[in-house]
Amino acid sequence: MPPKASRAAFGEVLVELGAQNERIVTVDADLSKSTMTAKFAKTYPARAFNVGIAESGMIGLAAGLALAGRIPFACSFACFVVGRFETIRVSVAYTNAPVKLVGTHVGVAIGEDGYTQMGLEDIACIRSLPNIPIIQPADEIETRQAVAFATEHDGPLYLRLTRQNLEPVHDGAYRFQFGKADVLRAGSDVSILATGGTVWNSLEAAKKLAESGIHAEVVNVATIKPLDEETLLLSAGKTGRVVTVEDHSVHGGLGGAVAELLGEVMPTPVKRLGVSGFGESGDAKGLYVKHGLDPDGIAKSVQKFLNR
Amino acid sequence: MANPDLAKLEAIAREGRVQIIRMLTHAGSGHPGGSLSVIDILTVLYFNRMTYDPKRPTWEDRDRIVLSKGHCVPAQYFCMTKAGYFPESLLLTLRKLGSPLQGHPDRMALPGIEAATGSLGQGLSVACGMALGLKLGGKSSRVYCVLGDGEVQEGQVWESLMSGPKLGAPDHHLDNLCVILDGNGIQLDNFVKKILDLEPVVDKLKAFGWPVIDINGHDLAQIDKALDQAEATKGSPTFIVAHTIKGKGVSFMENDPEWHGKAPKPSEAVEAIREIVREPVPAWVQPVIAEIQAVEKK
Repeated sequence: MPPKASRAAFGEVLVELGAQNERIVTVDADLSKSTMTAKFAKTYPARAFNVGIAESGMIGLAAGLALAGRIPFACSFACFVVGRFETIRVSVAYTNAPVKLVGTHVGVAIGEDGYTQMGLEDIACIRSLPNIPIIQPADEIETRQAVAFATEHDGPLYLRLTRQNLEPVHDGAYRFQFGKADVLRAGSDVSILATGGTVWNSLEAAKKLAESGIHAEVVNVATIKPLDEETLLLSAGKTGRVVTVEDHSVHGGLGGAVAELLGEVMPTPVKRLGVSGFGESGDAKGLYVKHGLDPDGIAKSVQKFLNR
Repeated sequence: MANPDLAKLEAIAREGRVQIIRMLTHAGSGHPGGSLSVIDILTVLYFNRMTYDPKRPTWEDRDRIVLSKGHCVPAQYFCMTKAGYFPESLLLTLRKLGSPLQGHPDRMALPGIEAATGSLGQGLSVACGMALGLKLGGKSSRVYCVLGDGEVQEGQVWESLMSGPKLGAPDHHLDNLCVILDGNGIQLDNFVKKILDLEPVVDKLKAFGWPVIDINGHDLAQIDKALDQAEATKGSPTFIVAHTIKGKGVSFMENDPEWHGKAPKPSEAVEAIREIVREPVPAWVQPVIAEIQAVEKK
């Protein structure tokens, strides 16, 4: 499979699912061309609602649609979706309205648009709310299955999608399971727990590490909340060293979730890789190098961590 | 509805005012002013308008109500107990640990509450979504949304005021949605016009594309007639601007920002209830007064 952005896979599969389930609707706030729901809107115009640049209203509308039996996908850039935290907090989480919140354009990987358009704190925010699981698929095949799961899931959830193309990390036999992390590469020296766009980079880093005799286990954590405690504890128990990798703030994201789990259940040294401070404009590759999220950067951080 | 039984509705609203005072006094906190200003509107909705079945609170064909000004939920709790959603004794658990009668409405705690509200400004968006979802599902149920006037200062309200009349076009216009403004003119800090005036609110709403009906929100016949008009309006949702008096029915609470968010003391509550029911005090009110006086002695 060629590389594909998870937002693109989402837009495609939503059109397919829309043919089977007429309860699926989309709600957008003038970014449907970017969130890739424009194709759904073109195919099913009576089931697609663009409320203008009004994300709070968009999320509230989606909550009402969900409470009246529809399956609404409320879509915008992750920072704009989660920026309307108070509406999510009360109208979605506390109300338990089964809205499918979709945040695209996550992380510094969006590049040139700079910090204001980068979803960098969304996992941290949504993690703090009861009732809303978080799913971040790592490639096209996982995205397609995660979206299908979202339509079946009887409750709200948050789907975190990339603007940039993602190299496939799964083959056609892969089956996404909600709440399950999948071990993509077995290893014994260190566990690299990665999510979303950094999963492939972590696999590449593991190959480099293998050249210097370090056997890294790479685990794809697609369901960030709730964490697959069993798989993660098993891996951490085996390797005794954990590195988390994500295109998100180092505070409160996957790294925070893993550190909380291990700190309470099985104290294990943890190194969190992610974004410190604000993002900035630049090319995506350069930004990944700057934040150490490219394969070389990840490999170097792992080496440094193991040699300390 | 044709020929509403106004005497019956008036008696229910009066009972509601007593129960609001009673609940808040036992809770020791809460919002009497806005609960008393909205009770006439809710009385007409619950007892002469909406279709619902308290034994099946999730019945698909029910009408919905979203009390966006969630702090006035004691008025709704009264209507719900009167309608048979839960036993009256539960009213005295308001705001107490473990009670489904949360200080602000909690959909998951109390069947019959359609959405959590209380973080102001969100209810209209949710009500628009419900109305749209019902239309898409081919349902003929109606959705009512009650806003406070201070609440209308929230930006999210204007997002939905912009989109509401246009949503669902061309086949699913939200003519199943009726929004009611409880315009009591007071918010927490002061009079609305002193904090951030909404006027001319009717002109603003009309400019946004809403058919607007301007009424006295304590005149049960006017409320009912306006709801008739809203129901007869096709191709658009309707907005009823109800002019109300904060604290209505209790003279020392009326039109006074101090009574936005504090519970009466037991002695004040007894005075308020006596004023609401007038002499002679009806038999059912006597134990209510005794119960409050017992609280005072504790």
